[in-house]
Amino acid sequence: MTRLIVDIREKRLAGRPVLGPIAFTVDTQEVVALVGPSGCGKSTLLRLAAGLDREVTGTVRWSGPAPRLGVVFQQPRLLPWRTVRQNLDIAGAGGEEGQRLLERLGLAAKADVWASHLSLGMARRLALARALAMDAQALLLDEPFASLDEANQRLARAVLLEHRLRRPTPTLLVTHDLAEAVALADRVLVLSPGPARLLVDQPVPDAARTDAAVAAETVAALRVWSGVSPV
Amino acid sequence: MSTAVAKRAWLIRALSVLVLLLVWEGAGRLAASPLAPPASAVLATLGREVASGALPHHVGITLARVAMSFVLAMGAGTALGLAMGWWRAVDLWLDSALLLLLNLPALVLIVLLYVWFGLTEAAAITAVALNKLPTTAVTVREGVRALDGDLLEMGRAYRLGRAATLRHIVLPQLQPYLFAATRSGLSLIWKIVLVVELLGRSDGVGFQIQVYFQLFDVAHILAYALAFILIIQVIEWAALQPLERWARRWRV
Repeated sequence: MTRLIVDIREKRLAGRPVLGPIAFTVDTQEVVALVGPSGCGKSTLLRLAAGLDREVTGTVRWSGPAPRLGVVFQQPRLLPWRTVRQNLDIAGAGGEEGQRLLERLGLAAKADVWASHLSLGMARRLALARALAMDAQALLLDEPFASLDEANQRLARAVLLEHRLRRPTPTLLVTHDLAEAVALADRVLVLSPGPARLLVDQPVPDAARTDAAVAAETVAALRVWSGVSPV
Repeated sequence: MSTAVAKRAWLIRALSVLVLLLVWEGAGRLAASPLAPPASAVLATLGREVASGALPHHVGITLARVAMSFVLAMGAGTALGLAMGWWRAVDLWLDSALLLLLNLPALVLIVLLYVWFGLTEAAAITAVALNKLPTTAVTVREGVRALDGDLLEMGRAYRLGRAATLRHIVLPQLQPYLFAATRSGLSLIWKIVLVVELLGRSDGVGFQIQVYFQLFDVAHILAYALAFILIIQVIEWAALQPLERWARRWRV
């Protein structure tokens, strides 16, 4: 089983610092939420973890051999010239699990439709299905529930929670919604506005999943941090 | 487009061809010279040449040369364009050579290949292919430079591998560029094949044009040219357009 080890001193893009000192690990079965204002460098951090960008002062690495990654990008990044099912197959996310997730996410009727014909909400659900169905050894999710309507957001969150139980993997979840972070993650990391520093690294109490009051309390405690500006 | 509008468009197209033929016919009759034959005379010559078997024979040979040069130029040109668009080092190394080839007159290339390799079939086909290759490479290179980086990144994240990336991510995006190269290639190649035949082959449409040039037989020259124009147009209608519709079927 693999872990993600992040120890960044600085990350620059086009000469400008976008990430400051950030150190944390994502354990083998842990879901860690990254929360921060938009543009603070969350997606940059995710790209580093995905190995799509390697230029960084410090380290971002996985323990052991590079894991198979399920990635949800900020944009769906589907192949518009392939059908819904082909998009899953090509990514190694076809088969029974792919079919099950299509059904679960309300896309079964669209299996043979060109991906170019999907609405944005459907495309986002397909991107989630692709990441979850491929039997990934680690998940990197960049605001996977953005631009979904409320019902589909609930559905997609439930699917992610189910997936956690069936196949626990180290997961990095980028979001700017504290309630979402508390509902889905074991730990919440709050980042400052860019260049992002780590403001707080807080475990979510187990009770927060069953007790709405505890969840609200945790969110409130984190909200204090997310309002802090970097000095 | 509604069917009524489409029908109207077809009608106008048909009428424009008819008008063209009538103008040609009238002008030819007015000129009353064997050097400017009317449409009817050229069509009659075309009919006789088809019946005698001479035209199908020579057109067939020319078509085979067009097909071979086309496949060579498109294959090598696409591979070169892909490599140059993908790897900056390859681009830097080969760009000057490509520029040279791009601006080298077709005639010079043909003459050089005939001088170096003799008046052979291989020299003829290579000369034509080399004329078309650089434009294909340049077009495909443009396509590669315009590839969507986000999708390539997705492919890398999901470890698609080289073959799958090429097939599912790169080639679908290159399709419009490949079609553009194919179109311009077809019209360019058959014209160059004729020059190659005229200069150094003893059969094919280009050879026939040379023969009838020496006889000042304009009706035959026009008959062969017309036959080839019709064939290229049929390829466009029967193969290229359906293929392009198929390739674009996923578009909204």
